[in-house]
Amino acid sequence: MRILTVVRQVLDAEESVSIQDGNVALEGRKLVMDTMDEYGVEEALRLREGAAAPAEVIALAVGPARTEEALRSALAMGADRAILVETDAPLDVIAVSSVVAQAARSEQIDLIFLGGQQADWDSHALGAATAERLEWPQATWTSALTLQDGMLTGKHDVDGGSESFAVALPAVVTTQQGLNEPRYPTLPNIMKAKKKELRRVPLKDYGVSAKLRIVGVEVQVKERRRNIIDGKDAGAAAAKLVDLLRHDAGVIG
Amino acid sequence: MILLVVEYSNGKVSKSTLEMTTAARGMGREGPITLLVLGSGVASVAEQAAFFADQVLVADKPELAQYDPEVWASAVAQIAREGEAHTVLIGGSRSGREYSPRVAVKLDAPLIEDAISLTGRSGALVAAHYTFLSRVTETVEAEGPICVVTVKPGAFAAAQPANAAGEQYDAELDLPQPRLRVTGKTAEKSERISLADADLVVSGGRGVDSPEGFKQLVEALADQLGAAVGATRAIVDAGWRPYSEQVGQTGKTVQPKAYIAVGISGAVQHLSGMNKSKFIVAINKDANAPIFKIADYGIVGDVHQIIPAMITELRK
Repeated sequence: MRILTVVRQVLDAEESVSIQDGNVALEGRKLVMDTMDEYGVEEALRLREGAAAPAEVIALAVGPARTEEALRSALAMGADRAILVETDAPLDVIAVSSVVAQAARSEQIDLIFLGGQQADWDSHALGAATAERLEWPQATWTSALTLQDGMLTGKHDVDGGSESFAVALPAVVTTQQGLNEPRYPTLPNIMKAKKKELRRVPLKDYGVSAKLRIVGVEVQVKERRRNIIDGKDAGAAAAKLVDLLRHDAGVIG
Repeated sequence: MILLVVEYSNGKVSKSTLEMTTAARGMGREGPITLLVLGSGVASVAEQAAFFADQVLVADKPELAQYDPEVWASAVAQIAREGEAHTVLIGGSRSGREYSPRVAVKLDAPLIEDAISLTGRSGALVAAHYTFLSRVTETVEAEGPICVVTVKPGAFAAAQPANAAGEQYDAELDLPQPRLRVTGKTAEKSERISLADADLVVSGGRGVDSPEGFKQLVEALADQLGAAVGATRAIVDAGWRPYSEQVGQTGKTVQPKAYIAVGISGAVQHLSGMNKSKFIVAINKDANAPIFKIADYGIVGDVHQIIPAMITELRK
């Protein structure tokens, strides 16, 4: 069995955002593997460890040269090898899904893990778009997974609740917080990861181009009043807050 | 034509459908607004929908009794192709955002997700949407004969019905078999007003200390205010509250007039689900909690004392 786990390199969630030259500034900022993708890497490793037959976990990223760091993190967690489709061009989700699908075909992949939402695009689309290109089924927003004899069962979130499901491989699965606890790479594994295979492929080999053009980027700033009240005297603080809500904000009657 | 996929629940057209109608009417693109109703036993949904459209296409089939991403994508793409739609509007619900990418790939169309504004401009569609965990507003332009758009719930006002109903037609569809087998469902119900519809939201986090603390503080305050109840991922994961109440990156996004955060420290993933609220009120014992940075009013203090005091004050 071969498992592909797709990794994106994004701004660390704790970093503030600012705009530079019409784009969100990433230079000199802390960039990490998207936390949503860590659940996918972890789940792939768990499936490999629990598999009856030998399984291989391949990490894939599409992005600029620096994305290698995110792939090295996946390798340090335990992925067997990595592929970086290198490009500096801004691509949209639909374009990236074509790269992922082509890579999955050429690597003869049985199962693909992707984050349920990317922390840079705020997109939910990569999993479903990839599945459509491969004509595979998809299970999105999974919170529990078991694989037995090529049948994947688990639980996932849907409109207004959750569902248990069963689906035969090959399939695309998107992950979320709560699916598992991603492991921390140990120092020996970080050292080992430096020697693992990381293949670079230029984007032009995949013949894709963006369908969306970004025409404006703006940091969403809402001026907040940041009116802080000391709560030592609970009664007085509560009275003040209720008064502010009533007369200043006008949100309660 | 502009094709709009109707969202409904319990036989009633959802607010999101009316919001998409507003987006469709206001985007300045030519062509009739066509509403598509997919489901089984959906005659009354189609009747309601007809007052918001030039025409309604209805696919009322037993095979459509249950939502499936592949079946829905196939149906929408077929109708869009046959009707030569230039814009396909799909709700920004979990399911809408799950099957819309398949529609875009089938139609070789660009996909705009979670649009908060939408304007047609000389052959191109321009839309704004949030990125970077809702901290950035990005404007994108899509060219080409057809574009698929999901519309963010709450971003557009609900449309008013027309005086006369549009014509209804039966849609002929060739549907695939679903491959994801659903083996069980856990629906989450609440007696309270839903998070999506509420003007006021009271949310709780770890600072309420226990499931009982949540009831005594968050639920009690919400009931006093007639507010909806929300929760952080941490306490949903801990099993204190149902997933349906989760606010944040992997839960619901809310935009109420006031959001009251009780014992919530303010992880960025939570903030991305509520940072568009008109007013944000936070009560937390840690003066350095990140929630205070985006709060209009904050109380640094013990939620176990302040919330009961607020309830007493409100009852006065």
